[in-house]
Amino acid sequence: MMLKATKIETDILIIGSGTAGCFAAITIADHSNAKVIIAEKANIKRSGCLAAGVNALNAYIVAGQTPETYLNYIKNDSEGVVREDLAYTMAQKLNTVTKKMEDLGLVILKDAKGEYVSRGTRNIKINGENIKTILADEVARSNNTTVLNRVNITDYMIKDGKVVGAYGFSLDTNTFYVISAKAVICTTGGAAGLYRPNNPGFSRHKMWYSPFNTGAGYAMGIRAGAEMTTFEMRFIALRCKDTIAPTGTIAQGIGAQQINSLGAEYEKEYGIPKTSIRLYSTVMENKHGRGPCYLKTQGIAQNQEQELAKAYLNMAPAQTLKWIENGRGPAIENVEIEGTEPYIVGGHTGSGYWVDTKRTTTLEGLYAAGDVAGGSPQKYVTGCFAEGEIAAVSAVGYIDGQNNCWPDEVEIDKKLAEVNHFLEDGPSCYSVEELEDAMQKTMDDYAGGISSGYMYNAKKLQVAEDRIDELLELSDNLKAQDLHQLMHIYEVIDRLYVSKILIQHLKARKETRWHSFQENADYPEKDDQNWLKYVNSRLQDGKVEILLRELVKKDEIYEHKNR
Amino acid sequence: MSIKIDSQKCNNCGKCRQVCPGNLLYEDATGKTEIRYPRDCWGCTSCVKECNGKAIRYYLGADMGGKGTFLYTRQEGKLLHWIIIDPDGGEKVITIDKSQANAY
Repeated sequence: MMLKATKIETDILIIGSGTAGCFAAITIADHSNAKVIIAEKANIKRSGCLAAGVNALNAYIVAGQTPETYLNYIKNDSEGVVREDLAYTMAQKLNTVTKKMEDLGLVILKDAKGEYVSRGTRNIKINGENIKTILADEVARSNNTTVLNRVNITDYMIKDGKVVGAYGFSLDTNTFYVISAKAVICTTGGAAGLYRPNNPGFSRHKMWYSPFNTGAGYAMGIRAGAEMTTFEMRFIALRCKDTIAPTGTIAQGIGAQQINSLGAEYEKEYGIPKTSIRLYSTVMENKHGRGPCYLKTQGIAQNQEQELAKAYLNMAPAQTLKWIENGRGPAIENVEIEGTEPYIVGGHTGSGYWVDTKRTTTLEGLYAAGDVAGGSPQKYVTGCFAEGEIAAVSAVGYIDGQNNCWPDEVEIDKKLAEVNHFLEDGPSCYSVEELEDAMQKTMDDYAGGISSGYMYNAKKLQVAEDRIDELLELSDNLKAQDLHQLMHIYEVIDRLYVSKILIQHLKARKETRWHSFQENADYPEKDDQNWLKYVNSRLQDGKVEILLRELVKKDEIYEHKNR
Repeated sequence: MSIKIDSQKCNNCGKCRQVCPGNLLYEDATGKTEIRYPRDCWGCTSCVKECNGKAIRYYLGADMGGKGTFLYTRQEGKLLHWIIIDPDGGEKVITIDKSQANAY
């Protein structure tokens, strides 16, 4: 089977209909008559990170707090390396996007006065099992929006240095899509599956982040020469053992502390509590022989246990099933915790596209929002909504006066041939799965995965760099028997590109700024003198160029110069 | 972590195939739905919630400590019933009112 090209055009193309993509589409429909195509690899109803639901909104300005206090929280947690302009403009919108979601049907817990009930100083309680279907239903209300489900976008369409659309293929028919758009918004999410996962066997995809978010948006940008930022600030989640279910529900919901196998509360021994320290302290306790570590839940009341079981069903059902299957719930047994494999995810850390305050990338015509956009950690779900809104408003402003354009036919034929060569008959020495295993093993062993306690050094990174380049070469010879396998090929290639850039970022930051997230054994200390700056990168002619950029402050409007 | 589909109960409505965020479900040669890539399942239960025929069972892999218990769901208006069946056939039901927020 060979693919055949079909051309379509629209005003704005949104790639990925997860949290940020849906909110961008809803915003465009609310603010303009622009025609929108959403290209979605799976189906908008449950695609992206929120497929199973989410059980709290973790970024909200509760009573007594302000966008400034939220920004200060991010700055502190990120050890100062944050795009303050991005974090602040995001924080300013957290409450209005939340109100919008409530208006669309999201259930939010309120007190007798009608105020949202907070969980801590930044969180509110919801029933978010259906948050994705609420978004999908609202997107469907717009007559100007077309959703292309099961269309896998592979690369941007470039004309005279501008992004003018994207190429992709259907998972159902032999259609190669050539989509022309006056503006493109990338909302593909982050990257999982770069490293060997916690459950490397049958349950390899039982991970925290969506295993179907394979860094496509990063990789497309990297290949097109977009500037990326802060990939070295990996996100490693502290999660419930085996199920890799979130721990915040227990830690914040019932105030459970982290304890080691001796029953001692250890987190405070490692300095001021921060996201990375909660993980790092657990890694170190295990390293020093005091594991396993737990969330101390033993002895909680029966009604607390029942509510926890419900909360997890609304977000990570495996955890509830595990408690029931074991016959030992959290009231009887403490909940064991562990660190995940490292992910690249801009909704939690600063990794992603280098964008200006309007969320324009360094490629004209291309906007980024949500997990794929960098510089602004701790966005979480509501921050991704906020960025989706900002990017949408910017894109609507940009398309005024722009025309649809197309690359030369020769260029389109070349891209089609690139995809079709994976579908040609012929031998392939390795399967996609073999290359995926090789990539994850390499990253785990040599780029700071679970098995090495998240630590790396320059010599190990050199091994990783060489092997990832070899695997990229090998990936060109992969063969697909069907369209699903073709998607798998692109997923692995995209993750190899993300890994390639990640390794260079890890090499470049010659300090240790975020324990475990970025643990450079050659430079084990934080170095504020030299490294309060962003590590950025750009792929040009096959070589990764590293750029160090000065910090951007809260009230600055950052614009790209010298694109 | 994965699902099993009972082909006797599957009425091939196709809803689960549409909704899987990993595109893992396909129609087999007999017209029933199969999970073609069981190792690639994330465990989100999107398909389980779509299946009105109780044909899709969600279970924990043995590498995660699974012992053969499975669950499926039943929608009833605002209520979502989670039905958990142990290997001896024992049943436990947890009902969630979708109009109520989580306590935690």
